[in-house]
Amino acid sequence: MRAPLSWIRRYVPVPQDQGGRDVAARLVAAGLEVETVEVLGSEVTGPLVVGRVRSVEELTEFTKPIRYCRVAVGAGNGEVLDGTTTDERGIVCGASNFAAGDLVVVALPGAVLAGGFAIASRQTYGRVSDGMITSERELGLGEDHSGIIVLPAGTAEPGDSGYPLLGLGDAVLDIAVTPDRGYALSIRGIAREVATAYGLPFEDPALVDPESLLGQPSGEPPHACSIADPSAADRFVLRTIAGLDPTAPSPQWMRRALVACGMRPVSLAVDVTNYVMLELGQPLHAFDRAKLRGPLTVRRAAPGEVLETLDHTRRPLDPDDVVIADPHGPLAVAGIMGGLDSEIDDDSHAVVIEAVHFAAHAIARGSRRHKLSSEASRRFERGVDPQLPAIASARAAALLVALGGATYVGTDRVDAVPPTEPVTIPADLPGRIAGMPIPVDRVSAHLAAVGADVQVQDAALVVTPPSWRPDLRDPFDLVEEVVRLEGYDSLPSTLPQARPGFGLTTDQRLRRRVGRALAGAGLVEVLSYPFTGSAELDALGVPADDPRRALVRLANPLSDEAPQLRTTLLPGLVAAARRNLSRGATDLALAEVGLVFRGAGVGESADPPRPPVTRRPSDVEVAALEAQLPAQPRHVAGLLTGERDRGGWWGPGRRADWSDAIGVVSGLAEELGVAIDVAPAVHMPWHPGRCAAISVAGAVIGHAGELHPRVVEALDLPARTVAFEVDLDALLAHVPAAAPAPVISTMPVAKEDLAVVVGAEVPAERVRAALLRGGGALLESVRLFDTYEGAQVGEGRRSLAFALRLRAPDRTLSTAEVAEVRAAALAAAQAECGAVLRA
Amino acid sequence: MSAPNKTYDPVAVSALSDDAVAAAREAALAAITAAADLEALKAVRLEHAGDRSPLALANREIGALPPAAKAEAGKRVGQARAAVKRALEEREVVLAHLRDERVLVEEAVDVTVPVDRRPRGARHPLTTLMERIEDVFLAMGYEIAEGPEVETEWHNFDALNIAPDHPARTMQDTFFVGSPEGGVVLRTHTSPVQVRSMLDRPLPIYVACPGRVYRTDELDATHTPVFHQVEGIVVDEGITMGDLKGTLDHFAAAMFGAGIVTRLRPSYFPFTEPSAEVDLQCFVCRGASVGDPDHPCRTCSSEGWIEWGGCGMVNPRVLTACGIDTTRYTGFAFGMGIERTLMFRHGITDMRDMVEGDVRFTLAFGMES
Ligand SMILES: [Zn+2]
Repeated sequence: MRAPLSWIRRYVPVPQDQGGRDVAARLVAAGLEVETVEVLGSEVTGPLVVGRVRSVEELTEFTKPIRYCRVAVGAGNGEVLDGTTTDERGIVCGASNFAAGDLVVVALPGAVLAGGFAIASRQTYGRVSDGMITSERELGLGEDHSGIIVLPAGTAEPGDSGYPLLGLGDAVLDIAVTPDRGYALSIRGIAREVATAYGLPFEDPALVDPESLLGQPSGEPPHACSIADPSAADRFVLRTIAGLDPTAPSPQWMRRALVACGMRPVSLAVDVTNYVMLELGQPLHAFDRAKLRGPLTVRRAAPGEVLETLDHTRRPLDPDDVVIADPHGPLAVAGIMGGLDSEIDDDSHAVVIEAVHFAAHAIARGSRRHKLSSEASRRFERGVDPQLPAIASARAAALLVALGGATYVGTDRVDAVPPTEPVTIPADLPGRIAGMPIPVDRVSAHLAAVGADVQVQDAALVVTPPSWRPDLRDPFDLVEEVVRLEGYDSLPSTLPQARPGFGLTTDQRLRRRVGRALAGAGLVEVLSYPFTGSAELDALGVPADDPRRALVRLANPLSDEAPQLRTTLLPGLVAAARRNLSRGATDLALAEVGLVFRGAGVGESADPPRPPVTRRPSDVEVAALEAQLPAQPRHVAGLLTGERDRGGWWGPGRRADWSDAIGVVSGLAEELGVAIDVAPAVHMPWHPGRCAAISVAGAVIGHAGELHPRVVEALDLPARTVAFEVDLDALLAHVPAAAPAPVISTMPVAKEDLAVVVGAEVPAERVRAALLRGGGALLESVRLFDTYEGAQVGEGRRSLAFALRLRAPDRTLSTAEVAEVRAAALAAAQAECGAVLRA
Repeated sequence: MSAPNKTYDPVAVSALSDDAVAAAREAALAAITAAADLEALKAVRLEHAGDRSPLALANREIGALPPAAKAEAGKRVGQARAAVKRALEEREVVLAHLRDERVLVEEAVDVTVPVDRRPRGARHPLTTLMERIEDVFLAMGYEIAEGPEVETEWHNFDALNIAPDHPARTMQDTFFVGSPEGGVVLRTHTSPVQVRSMLDRPLPIYVACPGRVYRTDELDATHTPVFHQVEGIVVDEGITMGDLKGTLDHFAAAMFGAGIVTRLRPSYFPFTEPSAEVDLQCFVCRGASVGDPDHPCRTCSSEGWIEWGGCGMVNPRVLTACGIDTTRYTGFAFGMGIERTLMFRHGITDMRDMVEGDVRFTLAFGMES
């Protein structure tokens, strides 16, 4: 809402030394969000006067139309002739939207216009131009530079100052109005806040007897109105006027006010309804009575009805839409936008002015449904003062009578507004909530200042909120009014004493540890958007029946390419990698920890559970709510490409390979104390021969290895890019609560090497596990240190060399014992993996 | 060694002469001193203290002397040999030390060459900032609560006093999951975690909820559809707006330095009543830049205050929806944007830097922010 300070001053005697910024500061402290304070034409200085064009001479020798005008600019403002100053100047002008006799605004030499444009007497187009006839843009009043400003006849005299006439120097406050402050979408509401903030009297423009504005009706029957659906509206006032001069111009002061408030002047009838809406906050609609085919009614739309609205859009109407209709069909989407067919035009002589108090939620729903927000709907959905329809419609009709030569025909009305219920609060409640004592007389005074009626009853206050504050319905709503007027700056700064807490949960602590471990392992964390599309899964080669295809869908995605939520973190990492690569990076190790979403048909229910909010939902209701949500496990994933170990003076670098991907995962598992199993797997998007399934306690929780060459090519990644992705929640679920301490033997270790030959397809880990199992308690560890494939072991065979460490808790092992353990380990590997001792 | 010779041996006699022993001794000592390194010393040892050295030979001749001369000659030769031995030992220590010194010099390297074999990793500054904020509240006795990012409308709106037709639903541009009527959304704020905390936890409640939230804004320099918030909620007996103010002041001081305070401005949120905007005192200029055009402050645009978040007393309607006795308990809640906090804390001017995953951005923050 844009509010010119000059307009506010009509209702509040704001001291003259208070400028726009001062008033804005007061309003901010009172809780109105003033976004900007703009001074109209703030750059304009110097002589700016009204002129009357006396003569126009068309200069035809130029490529564009140029006029030389003689303009009366007031006594003493004209050119000097024979030592005396005249009242006339010659001015060259490129505009042609004016004629001799018109009133214009002239910048005299010495004036500086918007953009620092200095006006001086100068030779141009073969004439002396002694000033400038100005347009809105040159004065910084608007963007319109199609023509110069022509003032309505009789509104000023040559020589009058242009500054007050055009509102130059007036400050305009732009206020973002929160949903609870519908009344602030009017000069009336803002002025009331200004008055309260300054402690000044407020002259309420709505505090009038509406009928007194209009005088006697003409006696002809006015247009009739009714409310067919009481749930949609509870007050309808319809004023009828006749004999309007449709060509009557809007007065300059009204046009200026509209422009300052950001609205475009259209015609007198439209301008008047907009002006009154800005002034009082009641949206009005003017219909051309000649286009109406019967009485107007407020009703819901009938199935199949369609309306073409003023924005030239044909809108199919929903049976829940509220419409203003005549017997032949809807004329307006009520409270949102009028229809094209009944629009006022330059042939409208009989006009009906509609003012309705609509149910806020009905308008809000319609506005959402039609994705149509208008000046009217923004007010109605926040709640409009139900007392306004009569006053605003009378004010508009009176203005049309006064300015458009119309006569007042009469009024029809429906009234079903219920009385405002009082709210009772303990008198000390505001102070108790604020945390500082606020005496009861101050509480009463603050509530009275917002317009409430306050009755003191013992220790309680019975408060009847004013009609323009439908948001004041709870005790705490009144508390806010009292505390904000008391001033938030006066609140004390105290600290509540929390009970001793338990710190981070185990999972929270472990997740921090995972984050640090990943960074410690050289990975850089990224935070990707979770939006995805099936094309990304296609590029990863994810098969159709894969659980990762159970995508959660968005109803209103930002992009048609990514209408779903991720089931894997890999696409985000790929995108981040490609972005880094395109910016010149060559070696990358990226990681992400974040939620993935899995579930089909999420949010598709036609009738989702909606427990009431007037009590705590039952356990059953909570469970029904939770059942609406998809699985949202937290994953950890990474992607590595380029050098994992850098090259340098120490030697060549080492490129990341499949083993680095597995290494990061096993490093994390070790960090967390979780025993994982690594087994070969075939799982897209990984290379079928270079992919490990990571499992815990028999369940696969992720994969790691080199990406499939086809995927790498499709995603335009560097060859041999590797990646991992693990369900972090599943991993954390297996973190031991308290790891048992190992028994540390101080006896000497016996070291044995053991090379076995197995089939090339046998995973080394299987052999290692068999050796470890077979060796028994005395076999402390088994570690693979070499592999060999080649002629010496035969086709399809592989040699695996293991380092064994043997140790007893209580003695030095004898040679015989060592040999025994070694033999037992070998025997197990033989039995389980077909391993034979390498010759 | 030759067998004792009882006959007089003129050669031996000359070898055992005063002069001869002294000369051998001097020659040995001179050679020892002259030995430049351990290698040379080894040769000197062989020549002057070995089995074939003059003093060793002289020693061998002592047996041939008449008994009366034996003692005297033995003493002279013995002293000479001892002196040589001592000189050898001392020289060896000196030369070994010199050798060690030389080796250390020879082994010197250029320690300024790059040593970054393993590229460095880093955590995202938003992550570390959230942890830092968590730590502030943990230290105040709060617990950290989390919730799902795909959330029911009931948790995200209804329970927070945002009725289905409330303008606040359109004020926050919501991603709907499935169909717009399906009752499931991407949470538009972390406030549903407040609801979950009130439903799940015993009273009193002191909880902070950091997390990821979603709004249908296109990504540009100042907007992102996916961002992070931290909210706090306290529900206890006798909680006041002064408690809210004090908690925010403490939070501000913990994050931005002792003495930094907050300012509350009236505002509107459906889930709090009274509601307020939270401004943070500028931690760079502390307000000194206001009205001082010669020393402008980029952090606060010379306003002295930085918009930080929203807060208020928990609306009793919200407490009621969570089954909390509003005659006994009151509460406050507050929320801040993490991205915004990171931006003004570190002078980040473009939102996109935080979401694009450029490693150069993240690496600049190291492990903590
Ligand atoms: Zn500052």
